[in-house]
Amino acid sequence: MSLAFAASSGIRLAGRSFLAFVLEPMPPVAGWLADLDAVASQSLSFFANRPVVLNLARLEPDREETNAIIDALKLRNIRVIAVEGVDPSWVDPSLAPLGSGKETGKVVDFPNAAPRAQARPAAPAATPKGSTTIDRPVRSGQSIFHPEGDVIVLGSVSSGAEIIAGGSVHVYGTLRGRVLAGATGNPGALIFCRKYQAELVSIDGSYMTAEQSPPELIGKPVQIRLRNDAIVADILD
Amino acid sequence: MGTVITVTSGKGGVGKTTSSAALGAALAQTGDSVALVDFDVGLRNLDLVLGAERRVVYDFVNVIQGQAKLSQALIRDKRIDTLHLLAASQTRDKDALTEEGVEAVVNALRKTFDWVICDSPAGIERGALLAMRHADMAIVVTNPEVSSVRDSDRIIGLLDARTIKAENGESMEKHVLITRYDPARAARGDMLAIDDVLEILSLPLIGIVPESPSVLKASNLGLPVVLADPSSDSARAYADAAKRIKGESIEMAVPSVKKSLFGGLFRRAA
Repeated sequence: MSLAFAASSGIRLAGRSFLAFVLEPMPPVAGWLADLDAVASQSLSFFANRPVVLNLARLEPDREETNAIIDALKLRNIRVIAVEGVDPSWVDPSLAPLGSGKETGKVVDFPNAAPRAQARPAAPAATPKGSTTIDRPVRSGQSIFHPEGDVIVLGSVSSGAEIIAGGSVHVYGTLRGRVLAGATGNPGALIFCRKYQAELVSIDGSYMTAEQSPPELIGKPVQIRLRNDAIVADILD
Repeated sequence: MGTVITVTSGKGGVGKTTSSAALGAALAQTGDSVALVDFDVGLRNLDLVLGAERRVVYDFVNVIQGQAKLSQALIRDKRIDTLHLLAASQTRDKDALTEEGVEAVVNALRKTFDWVICDSPAGIERGALLAMRHADMAIVVTNPEVSSVRDSDRIIGLLDARTIKAENGESMEKHVLITRYDPARAARGDMLAIDDVLEILSLPLIGIVPESPSVLKASNLGLPVVLADPSSDSARAYADAAKRIKGESIEMAVPSVKKSLFGGLFRRAA
């Protein structure tokens, strides 16, 4: 997941998902590795620069076998970014499971032609789910990144702080920092705050800076939404 | 076991060193033993403010590198004998401070002194992070203006994330000390109001130190202001803050514009 931010007049802020292959070794492992080598020999750079998630749920290996498989893939220059289906404490912390991934439903065939260097974006993000509550002020320099759902802040969001949410953002204190709601492609996301003094608010890539904000909003309880790709702010009560 | 206090701010020039010296001296005047530790390696100042610059033989870095014992490096103040200074090294930089070295020195001081005051360098880099790492309490020094308040806010975020207390899931006691407060400018609205500062930082206030020539004069004399001019508003503000650090409850004095017969005349003439 990455957040693109191009500093130009046409700033777009967008979350992006990348496609990662899931490799699922089948017993016997030696045979599976031989098959893998055969495939790789047909297309030498197929796995180069491609992130791979290793799913060992079906194999049910022990700790030693798990690391042996990871090492075997490393030897073949396969970039394993995460391991699923085993005790996370067995493997290097950098290979911890990614959480619930979403299946694209596409099975990618091994191509004969030279592969693209870049992973391509997956299908549009699913409807965000699962909110997170922050019960302290979000300080300058802190960044809350919650691509899955709503963010609820019980304190204030300081100038220089940043909240990036896949869903809506609720701030029960003063909003002085930046809030990017619907950042993974959700135009229906909303921003609420009890006192509006934001540096920047953005929904699904459309944004409004402090300079563009109507002065009558300042210090008021405000709801921000998106209408026809334009930010609309309403004073509550 | 003593209490380790970090005096920090993020921004430079807000009065960390002056406040460290004044609070240290005020605490020492109550009879408690105090160690002031200068973490600003390479840009040391605390020795000057305490008038001890000509007595520094060994410093913090010498102790960390094992070239001197802690007891050899500690400089006892000539005026208050419960006040001690561990000077920073002027010829080195912050890389000379190792994490283990700082931990060993701070823990050794904690065993001997009632209060260990870590005077943090400006910034959010290594020196500042090491100065807050082992603290039990933080004094966040802020001037009533937007850049200082924002930098303080950033530092508070780090206090909640990068200290041993935070990493153990405990919350650190944090206080705001507002310095260089100018009542005349505040009355004109040229400065952030105290309430605005506290609303942004959402931390309890431990003192308001007015901008005052006596503070500058004291620094140049090499005397903490509580010794140089004990009856000044600034000295009293620091003395009260020290009592609040010790847990006493004292009413907060908000400095106000002093009305004098001549004040009005001057304003009209100008």
